[in-house]
Amino acid sequence: MNINLTLIGQLLSFAVFVWFTMKYVWTPIMGALETRKKEIADGLAAAERGQHEQELAKERAKDVLHEAKAQAAEIVTQAQKRAAEIVDESKGTARTEGERILTAAQAEIEQEANRAREQLREKIGLLAVTGAEKILRKEIGADAHQDIVAALADEI
Amino acid sequence: MAGDALTSSEYIKHHLTNLTFGQHPDGSWGIAHSAGEAKEMGFWAIHLDTMFWSLLLGALFIYFFSKAAKSATQGVPGGLQNFVEWIVEFIDTSVRGSFSSRNALVAPLALTIFVWIFLQNLMDLVPVDVIPSISGMLGIHFMKVVPSTDPNATFGMAIGVFLLVLFYSIKIKGIGGFAGELTLQPFSSKNPIVNLIFIPINFVLEFVSLIAKPISLALRLFGNMYAGEMIFILIAIMYNAGLVLGLFGGVLQLGWAIFHILIITLQAFIFMTLTIVYLDMAHHEH
Repeated sequence: MNINLTLIGQLLSFAVFVWFTMKYVWTPIMGALETRKKEIADGLAAAERGQHEQELAKERAKDVLHEAKAQAAEIVTQAQKRAAEIVDESKGTARTEGERILTAAQAEIEQEANRAREQLREKIGLLAVTGAEKILRKEIGADAHQDIVAALADEI
Repeated sequence: MAGDALTSSEYIKHHLTNLTFGQHPDGSWGIAHSAGEAKEMGFWAIHLDTMFWSLLLGALFIYFFSKAAKSATQGVPGGLQNFVEWIVEFIDTSVRGSFSSRNALVAPLALTIFVWIFLQNLMDLVPVDVIPSISGMLGIHFMKVVPSTDPNATFGMAIGVFLLVLFYSIKIKGIGGFAGELTLQPFSSKNPIVNLIFIPINFVLEFVSLIAKPISLALRLFGNMYAGEMIFILIAIMYNAGLVLGLFGGVLQLGWAIFHILIITLQAFIFMTLTIVYLDMAHHEH
């Protein structure tokens, strides 16, 4: 239990051990610990970010789906409206067409009637002239009174 | 035991004597053959056993820790690395808790102190006769295997810490600041003449508390380990006192060893924590 040179020896070896620990033990281990800590923190942050993004994407998908549904409904409504319109339109067209055809037919009928009346009138004029000719054969030649017959035919 | 039958007091004395190398009174150099001879060698002698075991344990510490440090990866750590990292983190937490300034030396210092003292104390758990009998067979008479039961070892570390405390006190506060800390408190007065009278009183008080730091560090560790070792030696004496007492001694030794696990860890921890605290005080004006 004597205090002697051992004290100095222990002091020196203590200093050497501390120096060695500082240089070759503490620094690399703390470095590795720090790096790992940072890596873990980064990983956790990345995971959280991923989760957040997934949530956002889910939200966006929901929005898109909703929009698509709304659009589809709108398209259907529009199509229905358009179909009704087309039906109405064709109804109208058919009606006008029918009316036009009817009018044309009536006009034709009238024309035909007019033509028949004309023919009839000419024939009657001719008949009348023939009749008059027969009556007046003796005194009047048909050629001499041609203009009068034509005027008569016109009057009828 | 070095072979021959010894009386109890001789046995104890034998166990408490270091293997001392130094100059004999007649001028020749050599190993002391008795406690008396060792004492006569005075200051210029060295305890070979203390030096050997502490250096061996320190080298073990350095070897395993630097091995772990060299292969330290930021990936998944292996067994040794895990263990080393666990200790390093424990020390780091302690240092962060008690040391508020920034100093790259303190944490490695604390780690060295903790592990080295722990390993030195751990030698206490080796049954007291095992290593001395082996060395006795090899012709070495004295072998004290627990370096921390040698005040030279504990004072060596404590003085190392004390030198660091002085160094940082002067570095951080300047010589004037450090001197002021030693002389201008705890008593001070606005009256300069009264203050002058206070200076010697303050100096005595502060100097004692300054000197008490390394002495208490060293003596606390030494006292605890020496007492523990002494109890192991006393228990070991019972082995020579018949079967019943021998068995009883075995039980006692087991119990004391288990209790001692707590003490050796605690002493290493106390030494480390007080070192951190003293260095923290050296970094602060107060």
